[in-house]
Amino acid sequence: MTRRMTAFLAVAGLAAMVALDVAGAPPNPYQAPPMLALGSGVAASGGFCGALPN
Amino acid sequence: MAAAQTGGALGRGGLIAAALAIVAIVALFVGARYGLLLAIGLGFGVALEGLRFGFAGPWRAMILRRDPAGILAQLLAIGLVAIVAFPLLATHGAELSGAAAPIGWAMAGGAFVFGMCMQIVLGCGSGTLVNAGSGNPVSLLALPFFAVGSFAGSYNLLWWTDLGSLPILVLEGGRGLAITVVLLLAVAAVLMLLAAPGTRMPSGRLLVAAVAVAALALANLVVGGQPWGVVYGLGLWAAKAASTLGMDLSASGFWAAPNNAARLGQSVLTDVTSLTNLGIVAGAFGVAAWRVGGLSQPIPKLPARAWAATVVAGFLLGYSSRLAFGCNVGAFFSGISTGSLHGWVWFAMAFPGAALGVWLRPILGLEARR
Repeated sequence: MTRRMTAFLAVAGLAAMVALDVAGAPPNPYQAPPMLALGSGVAASGGFCGALPN
Repeated sequence: MAAAQTGGALGRGGLIAAALAIVAIVALFVGARYGLLLAIGLGFGVALEGLRFGFAGPWRAMILRRDPAGILAQLLAIGLVAIVAFPLLATHGAELSGAAAPIGWAMAGGAFVFGMCMQIVLGCGSGTLVNAGSGNPVSLLALPFFAVGSFAGSYNLLWWTDLGSLPILVLEGGRGLAITVVLLLAVAAVLMLLAAPGTRMPSGRLLVAAVAVAALALANLVVGGQPWGVVYGLGLWAAKAASTLGMDLSASGFWAAPNNAARLGQSVLTDVTSLTNLGIVAGAFGVAAWRVGGLSQPIPKLPARAWAATVVAGFLLGYSSRLAFGCNVGAFFSGISTGSLHGWVWFAMAFPGAALGVWLRPILGLEARR
């Protein structure tokens, strides 16, 4: 077996996860934030590794 | 020969077309910001895999051969980001956030364990994604356990931080930037002093990679409003899976917090770190598929204990990086480049952990048999 199989498994596994996720929680492009955070006037609210929950 | 070249060109053209199509679909059906973030993630994957820019490998090179070239390139990239990010954060603090996190007992211990485990599997936060995308079976096995570990670590995070943490300490403004640059130069000088005779400065390839990674990290900050990170997204994937399987996450102070609870109900295609993570895997896959023979390497023959060690180390990579408020990307790279002192403590703790991991790797059977 070569890396072709394992690389395919990695990509296919993530694609399947995204497909299942989108089916369960369809995104709404009309609620999307401005394209750039910089200059948007909107506070950053994304999840980040360093952020405490409070 | 000509047919093979035509086939290769078609395959490479297909890779580019597929990448553009996926970015366009996400931009149209999820949002322009999310399409851009996926494109940035693809750029990270291409830069990291295509230019061989990594974290675990260069640390190993320094520990084993006293070759500092790769770490010097990392420090250069961090410095380049800091030079732009510090002023941006000072003038646009309402829109952009740094990788600020508190120093604490669990944070320091988590960094040590992460450094050890990233040498055992020879893949850090970004490296595990890159390696999985390019078909490395060790990283492919470690990745799901990394995600589960990240979820478990975040689930228990508040118990760990209650063991003792300092307030969040951040270097800011012109003075903060000057201190950061001086510290980066001081670390570089120490590495050069420790370097073995004949080891070189970073090659042209590594310098190009450092500039590319820095530019992409800044794009991540400008577009997403937050620095480049990895482990939050992995933990979110496992948390969403756990929630789908019926697990009640309201008992976790972390996942019950409004922001995180809301994110559980939203698509991963609207999560900043998830998008760049997906892009990194896809970008690395694209580079590996692009290279002649890039995916034709055989799978290494490893003993059972190596695969068992990979599972445990993968889980610990995720768990420890949550306690440490980030991995080599979120804490070391983004923490230092946006002024968080926890990034420096992370580096100081993870490096001795890495030395232990380098020693453990062959014992655990992870050096492939020839």
